[in-house]
Amino acid sequence: MNTMADRQTFEHSDAKLGNGKLATCWSCKGPVDRGALFCPTCGIVQPPHAADHFQRLGLNRGFDIGDDVLSRRYFDLQARLHPDRFASRTATERAASLAQATALNEAYQTLRDPLSRAAYLLQLAGIEAPTEASGTVADPELLMESLERREALAEAQLPEEISKIVAAAEEDAKACVGVLSKAFASGDLEEAKRLTTRFKYLNKLAEEARARLSRAPC
Amino acid sequence: MLIQLRETGETPLPHEGDKRLAVGIDLGTTNSAVAISTGNKPEVIRDAHGRALVPSVVAYAPDGAVMVGEEARRELLENPGWVVSSIKRLMGRGVEDIKKLAGALPFEVAEPATGESAMVRLKISGRRLTPVEISAEILKALKHQAEEALGHEIARAVITVPAYFDDAARVATKDAGRLAGLEVLRLVNEPTAAALAYGLDKDAEGLYVVYDLGGGTFDVSLLRLEKGVFQVLATGGDSALGGDDFDHAVAEQFLRERAEKHGAHALSPAEVAQTLATARLVKECLSQHSKGEWVLDAGDKSSRHTLTRPELEKLIAPYIDRTIGICRGVLEDAKLSASEVKGVVLVGGSTRIPYVRKRVGEFFGKKPLADINPDEVVALGAALQAEALTAGSDTLLLDVIPLSLGIETMGGIVEKIIPRNTPIPVAQAQEFTTYQDGQTAMMIHVVQGERELADQNRSLARFELHGIPPMTAGAARIRVTFAIDADGLLTVSAQEQTTGVSQRVEVKPSYGLGEDDMARMLRESLDHAKDDMVKRLLVEARVEARRAVNAVTSALAVDGDLLDNTECAAIERALQRVESALRGEDREVLNAAVEALDASTLGFAERRMDRGIRKALAGKTVTELEDSSATGS
Repeated sequence: MNTMADRQTFEHSDAKLGNGKLATCWSCKGPVDRGALFCPTCGIVQPPHAADHFQRLGLNRGFDIGDDVLSRRYFDLQARLHPDRFASRTATERAASLAQATALNEAYQTLRDPLSRAAYLLQLAGIEAPTEASGTVADPELLMESLERREALAEAQLPEEISKIVAAAEEDAKACVGVLSKAFASGDLEEAKRLTTRFKYLNKLAEEARARLSRAPC
Repeated sequence: MLIQLRETGETPLPHEGDKRLAVGIDLGTTNSAVAISTGNKPEVIRDAHGRALVPSVVAYAPDGAVMVGEEARRELLENPGWVVSSIKRLMGRGVEDIKKLAGALPFEVAEPATGESAMVRLKISGRRLTPVEISAEILKALKHQAEEALGHEIARAVITVPAYFDDAARVATKDAGRLAGLEVLRLVNEPTAAALAYGLDKDAEGLYVVYDLGGGTFDVSLLRLEKGVFQVLATGGDSALGGDDFDHAVAEQFLRERAEKHGAHALSPAEVAQTLATARLVKECLSQHSKGEWVLDAGDKSSRHTLTRPELEKLIAPYIDRTIGICRGVLEDAKLSASEVKGVVLVGGSTRIPYVRKRVGEFFGKKPLADINPDEVVALGAALQAEALTAGSDTLLLDVIPLSLGIETMGGIVEKIIPRNTPIPVAQAQEFTTYQDGQTAMMIHVVQGERELADQNRSLARFELHGIPPMTAGAARIRVTFAIDADGLLTVSAQEQTTGVSQRVEVKPSYGLGEDDMARMLRESLDHAKDDMVKRLLVEARVEARRAVNAVTSALAVDGDLLDNTECAAIERALQRVESALRGEDREVLNAAVEALDASTLGFAERRMDRGIRKALAGKTVTELEDSSATGS
């Protein structure tokens, strides 16, 4: 996943300015720190610069970011950059704000869900985010677990039985998050990859089971 | 040298006097309302008779006269064939959608002419009208009402739409605004607007549900409220479910009773309209009373009908069941349970029905809030947002896309690009390749909805990519970006990655108006369309000129020492020319002055960048640099 915003409207041909730390303000044409949201000289909103999602939200790269901190950073930044703040400004300012808000939303959306956060961390580390096909087959233990659970779900008839399967999958997924956090903290990316695949699988199973529940007459 | 110094990020908003004030408009299925907010105090604007609600009814007399509101509704009895109501249900709809509603809607539908989009066109009093034009009449009436009450021109508005409106219906609403001579600052989702009206009143924090059951649409939104932030977590609904359906259920019941007595006979459109009007009275009456009796006159026969409140409840229960099912789905989407919801807000006239309140209360396990008039709350919220967009605000609305966006792939299967409930604005890219040698064009079909097959979803647009550089099959890599802005509107752009050949495509929905149609309608509809356009361009040029002046004065304040007196004087002169052009009315002169200002600062900009680079290489950031120069001056 790339940040769309970087490609829209604004071209930064001046990537080498000041050792790559500087950009030019599109409005007053003066120097701006790369990544600054507003020009320090004329106060105009700047388009987003290339940054990973953690940098974008001012967070340290890692699995444990804290939901509260994430939301607070996101809200604070949107409060300054959202297009609603620029409705009466020039078209270029509106475009910069739109690109900024879009980049923020992409970062927030990726990081707020533990599964996509884990996959993104793996991706940043150069590890292909596990897809269902590759991930499931590569891990015989998970394959076994997957088959058993799927069989149980297929055989379950009563809503209570399905609810039990949902609850078990959700609980295991929760436990998975705890172990994932440890794996990322200790830098064991192979383990993190394995857990992410399992986590993804558990989520999917719970979702399918829930879908069966809502189809069932109540 | 007189220079104004401003805090970073606090350049003042342009002031254009009161006429730059913006109103909030609730363009409803049954009723519409307009409100204005100053100092965070929104107020509904009433007409000369003190009425806030304008019935969303338009009548077209054969002599060309157009009536809106109560006046149009009165024509229902005398000249029902002139009258259009519930037009909102047709916004962004196509002819085949209408066929599904055939009989339910007393309209005569015109077949689209060749070359026209599939947007539905109605035949009324010898005219061929699109829902966009009809809605524009309602908006014009509201604009007029606001101008009468406020005593000045209103040119900008926030218009609300059901959260569940798809892209086509949103575009249609925005087009209607343009046609009515309004610059639409933002489309805001109705439940979000209602939450805004409630949130400011109550300083609420926590999870809230807005249950919005109007005349023709149902919406439910789940929001997290926190310190002035209104974050929509999930939204759901049905853009063809509302009080109108209750009217139909009652009318059908009466017609069944009638057929038993007098035998079945076909009703004229006028009789259908009258029966529906009676049914509406029945529904409204049974919210107050437990029982009633009504008479239907059609043809030369009249029939008597009684209905009790429990009987009405039985008739509408299937619809309420559907709304509760949608509420359940929204909670599931957000992975939350009903018990976590702190409050439920009722919006829309149909929530006056005691049975609706009872069922919503039961489902969420708490008594729903309805302290603000459910017919006015959306307009009040829209007015607050209009003020926020023009005068600034501490509150922040973060909304989501209501329906998943996808593209049709081989075999008619939909591949989701952006899932529903993703926060907007959002952009997502997808890579495509060619399947034939030398292929230079490609068709992409964009759909909106949750179903697996493309034809089960709503078709938004088909667009063609041209100018793909000819390569062997599979060699071209075309990256297509789907971007949704803060209004929930889609833009698609495409670029071939290996050559960088790019193309930007504005999506005109399958049920939308072409730019030509729009231009013609603007010409026909507004005598002053050209004046308005000229005025708007001047306003835009002024905003741009003020930005340029601010940029140069700020730069002079910080780096003025880089210039000698002659250079400084030249820039000053250019600044003064812009300032004086700003006091005039000539856009060309203003634009030329801004260009001259830009040109006069080219060398200055270079020297400023050189200084910045030197500092950066010395290990200082620009911010530090500014701090030191600020203390030095």
